[in-house]
Amino acid sequence: MTSSVYSILGQGIQTLLVLAIAPAITGVTRLVKARLMRKSGPPLLQGYRDLFKLLRKEVIVADTASWLFRVSPYLIFSLAWLAATLVPTFATGLHFSWTGDVIVIVALLGTARFFQTLAGMDVGTAFGGMGSSRESMIATMAEPAMLLVVLNLALIASSSRLPVIADYLVTQPLAIRVSLALALMSLVIVALAENARIPVDNPATHLELTMVHEAMILEYSGRHLALIEAASQLKLVMYGSLIICLFLPFGIASVDSGPAAWFVSLVLYVGKLTLAAITLGLWEVSIAKMRVFRVGEFLGIAFIFAFLGLLLSFVTEELLR
Amino acid sequence: MNEAYDVSHFLAGLMLVVSFALIYQDRLLAVLRTFAIQAIVLALAVAWQALVQDRPNLFITAGLALGLKGIVIPLALHRMIFRLGIHRDVEQVVGVGLTMLFGLALTALSLMLVLKATASAPAVAREVLAIALAIILLGFLMMITRRNAVTQIIGFMSIENGLILGATGARGMPLVVEISVAFSVLIALFVFAVFVFRIRERFDTVDVEVLERVRGDRT
Amino acid sequence: MVDAANPLAMLFIAIALLLGCAMLAAAFRGRVLGLVYPVSLIAASLAVATDLSILLNGTTFTAHLPLGLPTIGLRVRVDALSAFFGIVVNIGTFAAALYGLGRHKQLSARVEPFFAAFAAAMNMVLLADDAFGFLFSWELMSVTSWALVIARHEDAEARRAAHVYLMLASIGTIALLFAFGAMAGPAGGYDFASIRSAERDPLVTGLVLAAVLVGTGSKAGIIPLHAWLPLAHPAAPSHVSALMSGVMTKVAIYGLIRVLFDLLGKPSLWLGAIVLILGAVSTLMGVLYALMQHDLKRLLAYHTVENIGIIFIGLGLSLTFKSNNLDALAALALTAALFHVFNHCLFKSLLFLGAGAILHATGKRDLEVLGGLIHPMPLTALAFLIGCIAISALPPLNGFVSEWLTFQAILQSPSLPHLPMKILLPTVGAVLALSAALAAACFVKAFGIAFLGRPRSQAARDAHEADSFALSAMAILALLCIASGLFPGFFIDALGSLNHALLGTQMPTQSTIPWFSIVPIGDVRSSYDPLLISIFLLFCAGATAIFIHFFASRALRRAPAWDCGFPDPSPSIQYTASGFAQPIRRIYGTITFSAKEQVDMPPPGSSTPARFSVKLHDHIWELLYLAPARYMLAISERLNVFQFLTVRRYLILMFAALISLLVVVMVIT
Repeated sequence: MTSSVYSILGQGIQTLLVLAIAPAITGVTRLVKARLMRKSGPPLLQGYRDLFKLLRKEVIVADTASWLFRVSPYLIFSLAWLAATLVPTFATGLHFSWTGDVIVIVALLGTARFFQTLAGMDVGTAFGGMGSSRESMIATMAEPAMLLVVLNLALIASSSRLPVIADYLVTQPLAIRVSLALALMSLVIVALAENARIPVDNPATHLELTMVHEAMILEYSGRHLALIEAASQLKLVMYGSLIICLFLPFGIASVDSGPAAWFVSLVLYVGKLTLAAITLGLWEVSIAKMRVFRVGEFLGIAFIFAFLGLLLSFVTEELLR
Repeated sequence: MNEAYDVSHFLAGLMLVVSFALIYQDRLLAVLRTFAIQAIVLALAVAWQALVQDRPNLFITAGLALGLKGIVIPLALHRMIFRLGIHRDVEQVVGVGLTMLFGLALTALSLMLVLKATASAPAVAREVLAIALAIILLGFLMMITRRNAVTQIIGFMSIENGLILGATGARGMPLVVEISVAFSVLIALFVFAVFVFRIRERFDTVDVEVLERVRGDRT
Repeated sequence: MVDAANPLAMLFIAIALLLGCAMLAAAFRGRVLGLVYPVSLIAASLAVATDLSILLNGTTFTAHLPLGLPTIGLRVRVDALSAFFGIVVNIGTFAAALYGLGRHKQLSARVEPFFAAFAAAMNMVLLADDAFGFLFSWELMSVTSWALVIARHEDAEARRAAHVYLMLASIGTIALLFAFGAMAGPAGGYDFASIRSAERDPLVTGLVLAAVLVGTGSKAGIIPLHAWLPLAHPAAPSHVSALMSGVMTKVAIYGLIRVLFDLLGKPSLWLGAIVLILGAVSTLMGVLYALMQHDLKRLLAYHTVENIGIIFIGLGLSLTFKSNNLDALAALALTAALFHVFNHCLFKSLLFLGAGAILHATGKRDLEVLGGLIHPMPLTALAFLIGCIAISALPPLNGFVSEWLTFQAILQSPSLPHLPMKILLPTVGAVLALSAALAAACFVKAFGIAFLGRPRSQAARDAHEADSFALSAMAILALLCIASGLFPGFFIDALGSLNHALLGTQMPTQSTIPWFSIVPIGDVRSSYDPLLISIFLLFCAGATAIFIHFFASRALRRAPAWDCGFPDPSPSIQYTASGFAQPIRRIYGTITFSAKEQVDMPPPGSSTPARFSVKLHDHIWELLYLAPARYMLAISERLNVFQFLTVRRYLILMFAALISLLVVVMVIT
């Protein structure tokens, strides 16, 4: 009985945690980038202030927009939040973690992207179509690589459910597995592409012709824009949590370890996530954004790495049988 | 045993990834640098094999790989490239994407082939052989899909690296053979360099497609 | 004699209704034509109800009718497999007939009789229990659909489509004739019961497999036998396209499953690999073809090729597992394939009916002149959107469930003993993931360009909503898509008896799992609960909306589009369909279609417009269709000489033939 209470409680905490922490993580990245460029940068809590400001503003909707334009932000936000709650952060085996395995999580983000690209085309401007078209292209290359990484890990752990994979990887002895290293590199590249980060897309650009994600949300304002911003922040947290729980799972608690273990695991999780955000900031400052058609080659590398990792893990499994 | 397998698996896998990176590069100087990295990784892998198999003469092989292929040959080619004035992009016959897909297929083929054919050998040897065959095939692929004579030389050298990896993995080879192979590589490089200079002087280019057209038996 | 219980009789009544009504309509025209669609509705509902009860009970009924050939008669059989495909066929027929009720009565005399006959023929194929009945019904199906394709015979495109269709259908039937002949063997037992128990040597089995793949594959639309699909499906009337794309291809799949799983016994090890590779190639090429199209119906036809590829992947997985004696996993893969059969029928019919509504409202099929249709046609747009989400395999709708099950089957590849197969399965998985992403991009293009944005032509501006019959047909299909997406457990359980009959085991029971979740293999391995996910999504979206509306701002104002301060009143500033697909065409099309873009710039100072053109080469058509056709023509030109010989030369020919036959006889004896 207590186990069930713990798991519901843990699930609730995780749901609220990812929502609360998302603007702060993006704030960390922005602060790191600004400081490295010798600017003072926005304060850490600016993300929250921006969201509240946007929520209170009036929405201006184009004459030619349809109901899809107005409904999409809510759908995109809900899908991103759901995906973020399904990924284990500080505890595995939470109450609703069985409703979707890792393939479902990837597909939920696909649904969010579907609505986002449709919303970009809704108003009938050239920039919206451009953003949607480029985003679709990036998705066609990022998704197979992501799925190969997922397949690789699911084959290693004999399960496609994230808590089971995380538990399996925690109990493995620390070994230098090239296949896992390749999977990690591939997943990082896919995460950069999906979150519209440099070198795939510049989240801070003001030049419309260099935009991918920003171009799709050009017409949004007010509470709609707040929801979409929150959704992209949640997506970043989700990918960070995914990478952490798969490749840096040490210290993660299980659902019935009790509040003390949870607290330790929570602190570790927030620490790892902040570290990831700082690394992201460092990376974005050190590298330039690529031309749109070179993004294809970049994501092709992710695919190659993922496939190589898969081949090598088959080889290892065959040899050590 | 497991530690031996783990490190050798890591180094062999790293060499495979570097071979893929070699195909991906499109700037001549980057190709040289990647080749040097491949040679260094090869030296490390051979040194580890020397430790594990307890054969000190393999250390000499590792040293030769590091010295010759990791330092001397890249430096020499570097100088040659600057003297030829061709430190610019490499043109490719087939697009990068398709080349990489071929490379993947070749890797899968060699893995399946070697693992099937060597069912009775120890695990370390099987894996190193499989990856060595993949590196050899990737080197061939690199020679086929390039138009610049210098990168074709590097492709040839990377085939040789793959051969050395395979030979040391499968219980090593005699020191005499290794030294003679190394010398022949050095001579071959020398001859290559002389010819390339001559070709450049004569025809003002080292692009093999252009050279094809001025062959004697073709009008 | 008819010794069956009621179910078979019900199915006979349904078929008889359809055939009778078709013949009456063809003979009497006039008022009788209007009866075809209502009668089809009744017959289809009857058949669905009967088939559902047969499937759920898992019983088999046979009969031996004194029709057809004099001493042999006609053998009829309905089992779980026929019943399942019967449900699929008749749901499609129901929706198409409902749509047809509202159609403009333009081509009635050419369409309606053949519609009913087509529906009847498809049902007859499913009931056949001997080779003669099967082939007769198959040919009837081909001929009636050909008649429907050529209904608009003034249109040169329709004539060409019908010509190609007839050719490929004939090739397919010849292949099937050969296959059944080889299966029956020298003893000549043509009924399925004796084929099942016959012994064959491996060479014959191999030939039969190749012939069956050609025969059923050409009707299903597998690459490279797909060439008729993108020509014929757009040329036929919209509800007939829905039937051909969503239903007739499934009848071909039925034939394939019947032969591979039932009649031929245990599959060999490499059969699964062949079907897998065929499926993977079809999936990828189908969706790449679709991305290059801007004709809405042709786009949908190419997507049929893609989805048939996905079904083939599922079947290939099932055959692979079965040949390695992993029956439980074979059941999982077969369930995934059959679920996709059902799903595809639903959403493809829905999309074709939507395309028909667009064609009827605007008179155009070309995406480049549509736009903004969501405003005059809101209900059609909603139904079409549900179809697009379903076909892109996005949760929580049904397309995702069948794809998820396929991935679960692929994840079981470590159970296979051979390393090449172990590597092949994840490769096919990567191809499947790639084509799913490409399909989503293609449907964003289709829906976005057609329904969203601003109208690009007067025809799009003058559009009106579809009539209530079309809307109700689309609504029924959309609701079925949602229902099978949210409650897949019931569906999986319904297939249990089918799996048991074909493979010997079935999947674990799903309807007893709490919260309507599905657990295909084991709790630890994987689970998916679409109902809970949908509830959470709706709850979250709703709660956010309420929270924001009460505590934050509720204000909304309409204004012209911002467009970064560059507003342009002309709708041609928007993205076009080919513009949307350009990045993907650049990356994938340069290899597969030798796509070349060309820009003709006028000289500086001239005010003539620049011209942009794209050239695509359909290599499969050029290599596999045009080249052999040219050779055949060349050879026949050479052989034409034999028409114009003198009398003496003819005599020499006959003399030479006689001498060579005598020599042969001498050598043999």
